[in-house]
Amino acid sequence: MAQKRKTSGTDSKPTAVRRIIAKYGGQTRAIIPILQDIQDRERWLSSQVLEEVARELDVPLAHVYSVATFYKSLSLEPRGRHICTVCMGTACHVRGGTAILEHFERRLRIRAGQTSPDREYTLERVNCLGACALAPLVVADGRYYSQMTESKANAVLETLGRRSERPHRNPSGAGRRR
Amino acid sequence: MAKALTRMTAEEIIGEITASGLRGRGGAGFPTGRKWDLCRREKARPKYLICNGDEGDPGAFMDRSVLEADPHAVLEGMVVGAKAVGAAKGFIYIRNEYPLALERMGIAIRQGRKLGLLGKDILGSGFDFDLEIVRGAGAFVSGEETALIASIEGQRAFPRPRPPYPAQHGLWGQPTVINNVETWANIPSIIRRGAAWFSGLGTETSKGTKIFSLVGKINNTGLVEVPMGIRLRDIVFGIGGGIPGGREFKAVQIGGPSGGCIPNQLLDLPVDYESLSRAGAMMGSGGMIVMDEDTCMVDIALYFLRFTQEESCGKCAPCRIGTRQMAEILARIAAGEGGPEDLKKLEELALTVKHGSLCGLGQTAPNPVLSTMRYFLDEYRAHIDDRRCPALVCKNLITFVIEPEKCVGCLLCLKNCPANAVAGEPKKVHVIDQAACIKCGACFNVCPPKIRAVSKTTP
Repeated sequence: MAQKRKTSGTDSKPTAVRRIIAKYGGQTRAIIPILQDIQDRERWLSSQVLEEVARELDVPLAHVYSVATFYKSLSLEPRGRHICTVCMGTACHVRGGTAILEHFERRLRIRAGQTSPDREYTLERVNCLGACALAPLVVADGRYYSQMTESKANAVLETLGRRSERPHRNPSGAGRRR
Repeated sequence: MAKALTRMTAEEIIGEITASGLRGRGGAGFPTGRKWDLCRREKARPKYLICNGDEGDPGAFMDRSVLEADPHAVLEGMVVGAKAVGAAKGFIYIRNEYPLALERMGIAIRQGRKLGLLGKDILGSGFDFDLEIVRGAGAFVSGEETALIASIEGQRAFPRPRPPYPAQHGLWGQPTVINNVETWANIPSIIRRGAAWFSGLGTETSKGTKIFSLVGKINNTGLVEVPMGIRLRDIVFGIGGGIPGGREFKAVQIGGPSGGCIPNQLLDLPVDYESLSRAGAMMGSGGMIVMDEDTCMVDIALYFLRFTQEESCGKCAPCRIGTRQMAEILARIAAGEGGPEDLKKLEELALTVKHGSLCGLGQTAPNPVLSTMRYFLDEYRAHIDDRRCPALVCKNLITFVIEPEKCVGCLLCLKNCPANAVAGEPKKVHVIDQAACIKCGACFNVCPPKIRAVSKTTP
């Protein structure tokens, strides 16, 4: 079933990655939770980290990348200090979730999936958070905000330290006409 | 659980589950007893159990609620299943998006071990069984059983062709029973109260009760547990209390991205596996999204196709390329740039994707398109022939205007317009510059309900 980690490495300094891998007994099948735990700590997965995981688990780097790029909860880019997640489930969609997402894009001047250049904010869309009775839903830094409107969204952004401002004409190309 | 462990044989447990008529609650509706029996007959050891809690259908949250509110029912069901098929180890796969469910299931498992209800020699019966939680990583396709198995093994969640079925060749090639959360949670009641009690509920082919999440444009939103065979009308207008704001009911979308839209004229349909499939929808995991006259069916079809296109794992061509082509055609129609040949193309593509795809994701991906074309073809025609969106949703086909006789010049829309497209002065009628308007709807939303000077129009 699962393969044990080979004792490897010339130096045996217990790095964070090694500690996390040890927690899962060095099993290669635990690669997904290992990457998740590393990401919870570092907020993203750098190429150095992926190389270290491949070395420690004794699997090809290509395998680590195949997993890291497949799953949406794993990020190969640095994420912001504040995470805004806009739910795009069907219930949120029929109750106007798209307009809420576009509002966040305009206010944060980034597109969904992007992080602001100052690494303060990451804007994400999620397929469904399973809280459909509260639609449309936004999660900001782990807090759930229900029945979103544009003005409620401004209040949420304010709690994250984004002051309201007079919007500019067509900021950052977001909300462009199709 | 104690009854099953101490007073029933494996054959008796499977006999009881088979007699109850329980069918998988995850969507496809395979008879649970038959699945267990297939696995029991396999000689290979070890065998595994999996609880599929990767509830990915947008608009559905029954499994989250069961995992958070009654994780013990799932544990009990799995111990019973383990005894029935002879498994010593089980895995509970829960979506990453459900932190509370992950936490509570962890507590329940620790409690079970402490009380001797999990682990070695459960209740002194000599039977061993233990469970492990696996956290999902955000991929819709991992709800497909073979893809989920790949994910537990630490691979990308790619599905593989069946047969062989997981009951014969599953996790690490071993016989594996994989059932949905709700299915497992049904087991303890069936064992305790008997197959006859369970099969006394529901219809000829669909027994027992089913939980649905009733959401969208409906007054009472939330979860409902109803006997199989209940009429849709009783759910939407009885339990759900109808549509808010005096709007007109248009359709109810059942079965997530694999499902379809059921129109008004089919509201008396009984809710069971077969009736829903015949109507072009699907039981799915049980999401019911109610839509009113303000929902555009072309937009909904586009929404689901974008979803499946994004979530397609990319392994097989019909799904990977087909969903993309379909989404592009739908986007064209929604933008008012569709031609009369597009409908035929859509239908052809839909059938190719349906028949050519490897797993359930691709095979059912065209359902939202086919069902909306079947019941709401006039809306597609309006977008193509008249370049109009009757539900006033598709941005390219609508314009926002301020009615001069209603506008009081309060500046609200002007201040909230992100594109600076509103011109006006205090107490003077405002005007929207159509060339600058990005159709975000901010003006429409902020105009006070008493005034309602901003309106949407379509040609």
